[in-house]
Amino acid sequence: MKSFNARFYGNPRVYLGLAWLALVAVVAIFAGVFAPRDPFAIVGQPFLPPGSEGFLLGTDSLGRNVLAGLIHGARTTLMIAVLSTVAAVAFGTVLGALAGYYGGIVDDILMRLTEFFQTIPWFLFAIVLVAILSPSAMNLVIAIAVVSWPPIARVVRAEVMAVKAREFVQAAVVAGQRDMGILFGQILPNTLSPLIVTGSLMVATAILIESALSFLGLGAPGQMSWGFQIGAGRSFLRDAWWLVTVPGIVILLTVLAINLIGEGLNDALNPRLADL
Amino acid sequence: MKNASIGSYILRRLLQTIPVILGVVVVNFLLLQLAPGDLATVIAGEAGGATPEYIAELRARFGQDQPLFVQLLNYMGNLLTFDLGYSFRQSAPVLDLLLDRLGPTLLLMGTTLVVSLSLGILLGLLAALWVKTWKDHLISVTAVLLYATPLFWVGLMLVLVFAVKLDWFPTSGMENVVAFHEGWDRVWDIAHHLILPTVTLSVFYLALYARLMRASMLEQRGLDYVTTARAKGLTDAQITRRHVFRNALLPVVTMAGVQTGSLLGGSVVVEAVFAWPGLGQLAYQSLFARDYNLLLGIFFLSAILVVVVNLVVDIIYVILDPRIRLG
Repeated sequence: MKSFNARFYGNPRVYLGLAWLALVAVVAIFAGVFAPRDPFAIVGQPFLPPGSEGFLLGTDSLGRNVLAGLIHGARTTLMIAVLSTVAAVAFGTVLGALAGYYGGIVDDILMRLTEFFQTIPWFLFAIVLVAILSPSAMNLVIAIAVVSWPPIARVVRAEVMAVKAREFVQAAVVAGQRDMGILFGQILPNTLSPLIVTGSLMVATAILIESALSFLGLGAPGQMSWGFQIGAGRSFLRDAWWLVTVPGIVILLTVLAINLIGEGLNDALNPRLADL
Repeated sequence: MKNASIGSYILRRLLQTIPVILGVVVVNFLLLQLAPGDLATVIAGEAGGATPEYIAELRARFGQDQPLFVQLLNYMGNLLTFDLGYSFRQSAPVLDLLLDRLGPTLLLMGTTLVVSLSLGILLGLLAALWVKTWKDHLISVTAVLLYATPLFWVGLMLVLVFAVKLDWFPTSGMENVVAFHEGWDRVWDIAHHLILPTVTLSVFYLALYARLMRASMLEQRGLDYVTTARAKGLTDAQITRRHVFRNALLPVVTMAGVQTGSLLGGSVVVEAVFAWPGLGQLAYQSLFARDYNLLLGIFFLSAILVVVVNLVVDIIYVILDPRIRLG
């Protein structure tokens, strides 16, 4: 059997995904270096098409630099997506772990709660949350996390239930280790691989949710984001196609890159399923 | 199967929906408490300012001076009798506004469900039959691409190409209201307006179902009953048609039921793009009007809709697949 590294890095799609994601991450981290000026600043004539002097991707309806907007948008979008995924993974893991470990009534209550959050129209719920809490980066993170954690809880619960029956856990029980020590020290480290796969795919979903919310005008105010750019450009679709097209392609490529990496991780961590 | 056991299953399933609906009511109530400004200050604001005494009087009239728990019970009582409150922005009861918009949303969701399920199943089936050929790869790559594309962007690109550049379809709305079409002309007009929104909302689910169908077909094809069928002399085509295909459908149908809530969320975005006069567009408008009562009403109705659809899917499922009844 090949090693994880051979399976993961031997996959050309993973390379493509990693390359694009690395580019976006570097641009996001050093946004101030690549585009030192405020992305909301008016820097030229409005509606300059892509390729114009000094504006590789043109300018928008107010004369703002589209490329600078994309660069700063990468920062906002990635930050919100990563933070909300971390929050969702943390919450989902704790809930799923408790449900799987204790079983019985605890499991029943926590799983009903999970089902509840999976049943309600989750995107509408995110909209309602952001609208009522008022749009801000923090509240976007909260709303996306609140609608994203259920799959994590389910995955962790199933894994914990499977690992709980193994001998090393029984040994820890006999050795007198406490519940929390067993759960977090013995069981959870063994549930990491499905958690990594689900979590990495969740970043992609979080980007899509953040973009859709920003598109609807619920984005973080004062912070450039890809969804906001599309929302601001849609009224000028007829005359300035690039305002909508370019940020959309960037979202598509980024989400695609993360999905490719996530699937590569899945194939590498669960080699039996790789043929399907 | 005896009718009595189907009846008791439906009853049990109905009882299970009660906690979900109560949960939505409680969530709605809590969100309403979080919303900036209560009804009294909103009305006072509309009236152009008011004395503190008048606001206190308004609060008393709406029961907002009572303990939170009593307010919750009142609120529950209201919602369960379908009194969803009043939209002061639109000067109409919330329920009337919602019922006005329900039809277009159901139409959009229905056509999307049919298009995405039938095409998704077909493409997944073909991909599985052509497994590991270039046609399979083409279908899979397309599905992966569609899966990663933001819905609202698909809509805008379709508008750009097919409405703005080619002028084949209208850019927005549900019908040409100034044309006063009647009868079949009107049906045709609405269908014409329906195509782009349906395609937009369908692509994501189409990709999802195609991938699921392909995986499900390949999984079923490796099971023992296929060997049995082959041993008794059935051809590959017969096995695929009679056995593998039917069994492979089950997870896809389950997934379609699970996706109802997500479909409603997607329709908010699509309706905002195409100015489709449904619940989603109403939600979009209420965002800008800060009409929280209306927004929460839409959320409540959508949640009920999801619960009802899931109930119906489950019941159909039990009738179709005898194995599930035991569970």
